[in-house]
Amino acid sequence: MEVMNDWATATAEATAPAAATLLRVSVWRGGADGKLQEFRVPRGESQTVLDVVTYIQRHIDPTLAYRFACRVGMCGSCAMTVNGAPRWTCRTHVDDVAIAGALEIGPLANLPVVRDLVADMREFFDKWARAKGHFKPSATRSDDFAKVSPQSRERREAEAGIECIGCGVCYAACDIVKWNRDYLGPAALNRAWTLVNDVRDAGSMERLVAVSGDAGCHSCHTLGSCTELCPKKLSPTRSIAGLKRASIAVALGREEGGE
Amino acid sequence: MTVRTEARLWLAQRATAAILAICVIVHLITIVYAVRGGLSAGEILGRTRGSLAWGSFYTVFVLAAAVHGAIGLRTVAAEWLGLRGAAAAWTMAAIALALAATGLRAVIAVVT
Repeated sequence: MEVMNDWATATAEATAPAAATLLRVSVWRGGADGKLQEFRVPRGESQTVLDVVTYIQRHIDPTLAYRFACRVGMCGSCAMTVNGAPRWTCRTHVDDVAIAGALEIGPLANLPVVRDLVADMREFFDKWARAKGHFKPSATRSDDFAKVSPQSRERREAEAGIECIGCGVCYAACDIVKWNRDYLGPAALNRAWTLVNDVRDAGSMERLVAVSGDAGCHSCHTLGSCTELCPKKLSPTRSIAGLKRASIAVALGREEGGE
Repeated sequence: MTVRTEARLWLAQRATAAILAICVIVHLITIVYAVRGGLSAGEILGRTRGSLAWGSFYTVFVLAAAVHGAIGLRTVAAEWLGLRGAAAAWTMAAIALALAATGLRAVIAVVT
């Protein structure tokens, strides 16, 4: 009988507080000169920050602008600033980031604000293009398939950075981007490093020139915010260090040949 | 400043950092050794005067510090003061020359 009572109490504690308590949420409204607006959102079990934003739009204020697509951490479109740090909101639990029952949600830093929680991602993706983040084939369709051993050093280097979903969390977390508006940023440089290690690619020297200098890998101070906050647990810091080593060829003026 | 020059400056800073790492260790060990029986100008000069080894060592130390420090300050100026381009490059060159000149003057003073 006593055991049953304990079980009943435990169940009540698990469900009642979640339904009863409210989360205090400050949400950025407007453009760059906007301000924070306060909302009260009911707490739920396994509630994500994206759930909170969606609740506000569906139940309190339908004019709230935010961006999301897949809701399962694949597409990279829902990143926002949550209590001061950039996060993928669809897989960030309120329990992990709320401070004293409160959340402050804003658009990603280091990017222009379109409205409310929507940042303009154009410069972020334009920099992937400037870093020559596209594959340049070295073979033609008449050539045989390239054989790349999964154990080769190049493939393992590429593998380490290939799962980037382009969410922009690293870019928003990067102090160098804040100090130098031309800096290509962790994601674009990480992308370049995966291609430098693609043995089928023919554009590496050109790419190393594109990612060198003041706007490129040499400006990175290895602060590591990108690696700390990357939701996919990638290490752009490591990729950038690899680019620095490979760029010695640029410094020494070897325009042709290997890395 | 061209991308290649930027990459070369980075390489120069890395290379001088490696030199400085060794120089600083030798310098610190020398300090600890030199002050065992109290520190006197006579003792220091007795060791360095006419010494090709110490003269060469501190010449390398001074030149590495001048190059390394100036490149680093250029980055600080770019990120904290927004000073970039030709102005930053000339300032960097002036700082490098000033560091090298004052440092070499000190080396000459203790060696000759």
